[in-house]
Amino acid sequence: MQKVFGRPKSLTQTEFAYCAGCLHSVSHRLIAEVIDELGIFEDTIGICPVGCSVFMYEYMACDMIEASHGRAPAVATGVKRVLPDRVVFTYQGDGDLASIGAAEIIHAAARGENITVVFINNTTYGMTGGQMAPTTLLEQRSTTCPSGRDSVCHGYPIRVCEMLATLDGPSYIERVCPTSPAGINKAKKAIKHAFENQIAGKGFSLVEVLSNCPTQWRMNPIDSFKWIDEKMCAAYPPGVFVDR
Amino acid sequence: MAVKKLLKGNVALCHGAIAARCDAFFGYPITPQNEVPEYMSSLMPDNGRVFLQAESEVAAINMVYGVASAGKRAMTSSSSPGISLKQEGLSYIAACELPCVVVNVQRGGPGLGNTLPGQADYFQTVKGGGHGDYRLITLAPWSVQECYDFLPLAFDLADKYRNPAAILMDAIVGQMIEPIDVRNDFEIVEYPKAWATNGARGRPHNIINSLYIDPEIMEGINNTLQAKYEQMRASEVRFAEYRTDDAEIVLVAYGSPARICRTVVDMAREDGLAVGLLRPISLFPFPSVRIKELAESGRRFMVVEMSAGQMVEDVQLAVSGASEVRFYGRTGGYVPNPTDVLNQVRQWHGLPPLVTHYSTSATVAKEA
Repeated sequence: MQKVFGRPKSLTQTEFAYCAGCLHSVSHRLIAEVIDELGIFEDTIGICPVGCSVFMYEYMACDMIEASHGRAPAVATGVKRVLPDRVVFTYQGDGDLASIGAAEIIHAAARGENITVVFINNTTYGMTGGQMAPTTLLEQRSTTCPSGRDSVCHGYPIRVCEMLATLDGPSYIERVCPTSPAGINKAKKAIKHAFENQIAGKGFSLVEVLSNCPTQWRMNPIDSFKWIDEKMCAAYPPGVFVDR
Repeated sequence: MAVKKLLKGNVALCHGAIAARCDAFFGYPITPQNEVPEYMSSLMPDNGRVFLQAESEVAAINMVYGVASAGKRAMTSSSSPGISLKQEGLSYIAACELPCVVVNVQRGGPGLGNTLPGQADYFQTVKGGGHGDYRLITLAPWSVQECYDFLPLAFDLADKYRNPAAILMDAIVGQMIEPIDVRNDFEIVEYPKAWATNGARGRPHNIINSLYIDPEIMEGINNTLQAKYEQMRASEVRFAEYRTDDAEIVLVAYGSPARICRTVVDMAREDGLAVGLLRPISLFPFPSVRIKELAESGRRFMVVEMSAGQMVEDVQLAVSGASEVRFYGRTGGYVPNPTDVLNQVRQWHGLPPLVTHYSTSATVAKEA
């Protein structure tokens, strides 16, 4: 009998500890599949963030570094500058990348640092209990904006892809929405392109993955996917922002 | 073969880094250490190494974290406020047992302070500085020659113990120009770095991490770190003494105040006062055992710092009441004047102060 589907080699045997329906598991798997397909497992060094995906080093079978909150692009810069023939990626949530690590991501992008960034946007700080994130939508409730995000008090959500696309440094920026089989295929294609870009020496690539947090959103997974499709896609339209 | 060169302390650090085979340097502008990133910006690429001006001190120390994780020699430099920003990164680096070198050309503080010399970052550097129980190997140069020589030493100790090493100096040492021997005969030991995250080529994956949810594992990590620091205390204490053999009062100072105190020792000897100098070279590990010995043999101590009194606490701990410890310090960027220090010694002997032609009203003197 022919085996047509299995666990990617780039994933360890450790089971994901993510909540039921959480898209972190899908994103992890897509990255692992891409690393397998590109045959770069032995060359890849991943940098994981602080947040729900802080334990990513237990799931990825390649070399992994746990960065402090928001600093993954700086850590990746250090690794890539001294090991330019290796493949270096960061995996960061919205609090990590767009709030506390805003300076690091902007400057890594501006330098055209030859790294791959997978940015998971689920509009919340999932691990710490669902606080307001820089990407929390207007009127969306969180534990630190219980009446909903109000622009007067809390300011406006940050559109990372659009913001970074104003810079000359990035070679590739795309936002994807893996809430359907077609969306997952598209997300994988984007992640693969972001890794291929780095291997080709083209510089900074970022893929924003619109994601969910059923637990903190107080929704079942199906409803959380609908919420991404209806609300998040309106505020954060999927698409290619830079590809050069 | 050593070549004689006339160099500024900050520039000597750069040449020392090249001699130490430092692979990458990350810096950010701040006075009085700007010569370091400026010289490194050409010196490093000229020698096939990496230089990058980071977007912040925070980013710079995290780039160092990345390079050290990759198993290469990494360095950053800054001055007091910038070093404060690096503390989070240093805590992670110490927790992950990564080797690197961090230079602090101390200025006046607290806050934005000023760009004049200071030594008020002693607590921050020697006691840890960031969160958690950790220590930095801390070396304190008092000359341009030592700025050069201590870079290979710091990298060696960092690699040997898998621990960050700090060069704690002050703006005088960083800015002064002296002739030095630019040696190139350092023995650079290549320590095996099987733990490095440089790609899992034919081996199980490596992880650089400081997150341990299980208290048993976390305490085990802390015990490992503490055992390492104990080993440093046993093997890596460095200090120098000047005319302490027959001294009744031993001045204790590091960095440029130690040079001033050496002058004070000679002045005091001319006065017939038996004064000597102990200069801690490693601030962590601290020469506590030697100070204790001197205290138990009846020596009294005068600690001189460009701070309101920080290293004096380590001297007091070492002396543990066996003898008397006094302190004389200047802050704000003022440098202790030899006559002022001598007057403190004279006062201790019940002698009248020598008259100086400048105001000494701003001195910080206390009896400990």
